[in-house]
Amino acid sequence: MVYGVLRILHIAHAGIYALGAYIGLLAFRFVPNFWFSLVVAMAACSLAGILVKRYLYMPLLTLPRIVPLIASIGLFIAMEEIFRIVAGPYVLSFPADPGLGSLQLGIVKITNNQLLVFLVTCILLAVLWFIMSKTKLGLAMKATSQDLEIASVMGIDTERIIAANFLIGSAMAGAAGVLVGVYFNSVYPTMGSIPAYKALAIIVLGGLGSIPGTVLGGLLIGVGETLLLGMTDIPFPRDALAFIIMILILMFRPYGLLGKE
Amino acid sequence: MFGGYTLTVAINIGIYIILAISLNVITGYAGQISLGHAAFWGIGAYCSALLATKAGLPFWVVLPLTIALTTLIGSLLAIPCLRVREDFLAITTIGINFVVQAVFLYVPFFGGAMGIGGIQAPFGMSSFFWITWGFVLLCVVLDRWLVRSWIGLALESIREDETAAAISGIDVVKFKVLAFAIGSGLAGLAGHLYAYFMTFISADDFGFPQSIVILSMIVFGGIGTLRGPVLGAIILGLAPELFRPIMEYRTLIYGALLIFMMRFQPGGILGEESLILRTFRGVRQRA
Repeated sequence: MVYGVLRILHIAHAGIYALGAYIGLLAFRFVPNFWFSLVVAMAACSLAGILVKRYLYMPLLTLPRIVPLIASIGLFIAMEEIFRIVAGPYVLSFPADPGLGSLQLGIVKITNNQLLVFLVTCILLAVLWFIMSKTKLGLAMKATSQDLEIASVMGIDTERIIAANFLIGSAMAGAAGVLVGVYFNSVYPTMGSIPAYKALAIIVLGGLGSIPGTVLGGLLIGVGETLLLGMTDIPFPRDALAFIIMILILMFRPYGLLGKE
Repeated sequence: MFGGYTLTVAINIGIYIILAISLNVITGYAGQISLGHAAFWGIGAYCSALLATKAGLPFWVVLPLTIALTTLIGSLLAIPCLRVREDFLAITTIGINFVVQAVFLYVPFFGGAMGIGGIQAPFGMSSFFWITWGFVLLCVVLDRWLVRSWIGLALESIREDETAAAISGIDVVKFKVLAFAIGSGLAGLAGHLYAYFMTFISADDFGFPQSIVILSMIVFGGIGTLRGPVLGAIILGLAPELFRPIMEYRTLIYGALLIFMMRFQPGGILGEESLILRTFRGVRQRA
């Protein structure tokens, strides 16, 4: 989503995701309530996202694309190190209980945490969908991502739209960080590295900047790598399999599944 | 001549310079962003290691074979890269890096997680130093020649505008593959030196973070120039040694360095528009 507007490969987004997990944990230690820590983490991450956009990306927009990319990677490395130095290199546990019981559906038992992840994801997706398709802000965002200059000629304050875009995107990343932290009951400095590259693989697969494409790409990579892992005996880790799927698909659809030229 | 420590650092930096020059051919001249250069480096190192330990060939026989093999594999891996552009290319090369690393790590032929050990160099450290830096010099000369030849011109025109280059009669596909071939061949040379220097290699040495380090070097120094990647490789190769007293914050400083460089000197230290060069030119004009 962040990619759609500025066309920057935002690797540090995964840093913000890890930041969300840490802030959420910190808030949870003060007030042991899951929903409170979720909100605090989302707020802190949106702030961080806006600062990154304001002070790092905006001045670099007119430069070759590789410049913000390297800056983003630098930021991601620095963030991981800050987490390691401040919070220690070990895995911290995140024993949040949101107060939802477990659910028995026939033979399938959905645990507390699974239910929670599912519920929060649904809420966030619904909010995102509402903003994007029902509000003026969403319309302005779509216009800005299609053509920044024309949008600003039409009287859209693109500066503010980009900021809003970073705000929402970072808040989502923060929420994801908290959810993953709670679900696996662990928070650690390098938790962002695999999502950093895999998220890129997914958005590329879907077609950069296309939200339905991203959802499709996520499903395809998730199901594909699990199937390949289970059905064949290629002795590869699942991340390599994910990238093999991605490269194969890009050979036939060089702009991604739902991407336009 | 030098102590063992200085020699080790100097050889390491020499290998990094060759890597930076090789990536600069692909990314700097031809403008094809590659985030998976460590894969080609690794392919070179594994070729050498296998030829040396399994086939028992000597150093100077392995060298041309390794370069030929990596050039070939590099051109083959360039084919998927031809279909995609810009950000798609960047991600595809990350993918190639992960897949190549996984092959090294999980196929028993490549030693698996144990890596390959027992690669014996037929000479001591200080001759190794001279050989490495001899190759560095060779690469610099080759790079100069490449830029001045019409190959360099063709690559740069592809970087600036692919469509315009194609209209001007440049075979874009051919030259892109050529850039990947030259770049990966040189990376293979670096891998060869690395394998003999370390005597032991494993898949972890050639991961995605290493690709970032190499790319940082050329961007740091000034992409698309010759002096830039060389200087970038020297500075970023020395940085871990210089910051050794503050070990704990080493990687943090490294990340911060990248951010500040990009923010305030996006063309690199010795890029066309850099502060140092401008000051230097100003002094020269006044004189």
